[in-house]
Amino acid sequence: MVKVFIYPTTSLILSDLVKRFGHEPLGSALGIRERIQTAGFESPPLQITPEEPKKGLHWAAVEVPSGVRGRMAIMGPQIDAADAAIIINDADLAFGCMGCARTNELLIYLLRTKGMPVLNLIYPTTEEEGIAFVAAIRKFLGSLGGGAP
Amino acid sequence: MTAPVRIAQLSCGPEYSGIQKEINDAAAAVGAEIFYPEISLKEMQRDYGAFGLDIRSPDLKLAIARAKALVEGRIETDGVFIATCFRCAEGAIVRNELRRYIVEKSTLPVVSYSFTERTTAGTLLTRMEALTTIARRRALLAREVQEGLTLGVDSGSSTTKAVVMRDNRIIGKGWVPTTEVAKSAEEAIGNALSEAGVKRDEIQAAGATGYGRHLVGSRIKADLIQEELTVNSKGAVYLADHQKGPCTVIDIGGMDNKAITVYDGIPGTFTMGGICAGASGRFLEMTAKRLGVEITELGPLAMKGISRNVPMNSYCIVFGTQSLVNALSGGSAPEDVAAAACHSVAEQVFEQQLQEVEIKEPVIMVGGTSLIEGLVHAMGLLLQTKIVVPPNSQYIGAVGSALLASGFIREKR
Repeated sequence: MVKVFIYPTTSLILSDLVKRFGHEPLGSALGIRERIQTAGFESPPLQITPEEPKKGLHWAAVEVPSGVRGRMAIMGPQIDAADAAIIINDADLAFGCMGCARTNELLIYLLRTKGMPVLNLIYPTTEEEGIAFVAAIRKFLGSLGGGAP
Repeated sequence: MTAPVRIAQLSCGPEYSGIQKEINDAAAAVGAEIFYPEISLKEMQRDYGAFGLDIRSPDLKLAIARAKALVEGRIETDGVFIATCFRCAEGAIVRNELRRYIVEKSTLPVVSYSFTERTTAGTLLTRMEALTTIARRRALLAREVQEGLTLGVDSGSSTTKAVVMRDNRIIGKGWVPTTEVAKSAEEAIGNALSEAGVKRDEIQAAGATGYGRHLVGSRIKADLIQEELTVNSKGAVYLADHQKGPCTVIDIGGMDNKAITVYDGIPGTFTMGGICAGASGRFLEMTAKRLGVEITELGPLAMKGISRNVPMNSYCIVFGTQSLVNALSGGSAPEDVAAAACHSVAEQVFEQQLQEVEIKEPVIMVGGTSLIEGLVHAMGLLLQTKIVVPPNSQYIGAVGSALLASGFIREKR
């Protein structure tokens, strides 16, 4: 089993696929859950405090907008922990929506330059493309080793 | 119990900057509540596309679609708060275009703000208060005549002003530098009462505005404690005798600047800011000190100089000071330096604030800096219009407070 970073990070379908094939999906649900379950501070709706954008300085410079740095404070540690990644380009909003385009550009760049296996796919628009899409993901996850037989 | 003022939030990033709670707290402090206008995915795709601005960030697309739902009346709201990250170009474009769109297509009051992770509820409070006042207290702002005997206090960051008014006339004034907030207010009030020849207990109603309004207002048991955006708008149109029709009010303060478009004495859109003290009266105070003249002498001195002879950019007060020191050590004439400082402050306000409001003539300049004629002249040149500086313009907040406070006399009876 390896840790697979998913992009879009909010995609439940992608997260489910990774899990089904015996790997651990890394995405925003994990990062947000950690914060929501941490007792001791009250910063609704996501329990992100002004400290997060400061932690985000590890991945983005101070002149980068606070929203990007706050998002990086959640995603950055997961990219560091990832062994592989699946990137779905031009995904439909219903498939997984991530709010900030600048954060997305930085995330993809970090994933591509980490030197780990990365599967790059275009979001399917027809049934045939959809079948090929799932097959490609399955093949990639299988190639990572240690997953479901 | 009065229902809270409902403010729709159109934003990208505040949750991830950890400041959503600050926004909610600022709204709650002025009896308002923030809500996200709920729309379907289908509406979002349709309405974002119809708006015509091609951007990449989904949160900004959502903000655009939500704005359309508000303007078209599919979702009801009392006001709109637009917020995007400071230093985000895409966010800034959407913020400005949404503000313009909502102002043009609806009567909803709008506040826009670019935040950082350091934004606090305190920073947002004045803007939220003005937004809720415009949304819910229009009757209060409709007052055009001062009645009875009232007191108005403006506890500003640099100076504290007080006026006593009787039957639509100013009969006493007090003006002192702000040191200890409550003590300075007492002194200014004492001076105003003494000049008016009336005793404190004869005052029928009182109002307080400015940064120290809550402290001062509670000490003097003010009937009205109100932020300076709406109070200064009222004071400006009252003193300039322009209570009907459109106008623009510019107040370059000691700590920040305000630009407000006003119609029939009621504020429409406004901006409040000042990225750095380089765009405020504070820089002019510093310039006067460095030139060895009183602040009252800076304006006439600037009128004798030529601003373009000295390169000066006070985007940041440190850069402005460097320009100032370099110019003087390079042998520039004090008149030219004074003129350049006035031009630079006017230019900063023009670039940072006046682009966000639609300038409607007449343009009325108020506050202590409106007495610096070099600054008024520079602003006039930039806006290509003759600026109106009403009599007693430095007492604008105090006059506005005294005027609005008179609305409470009848309630007391």
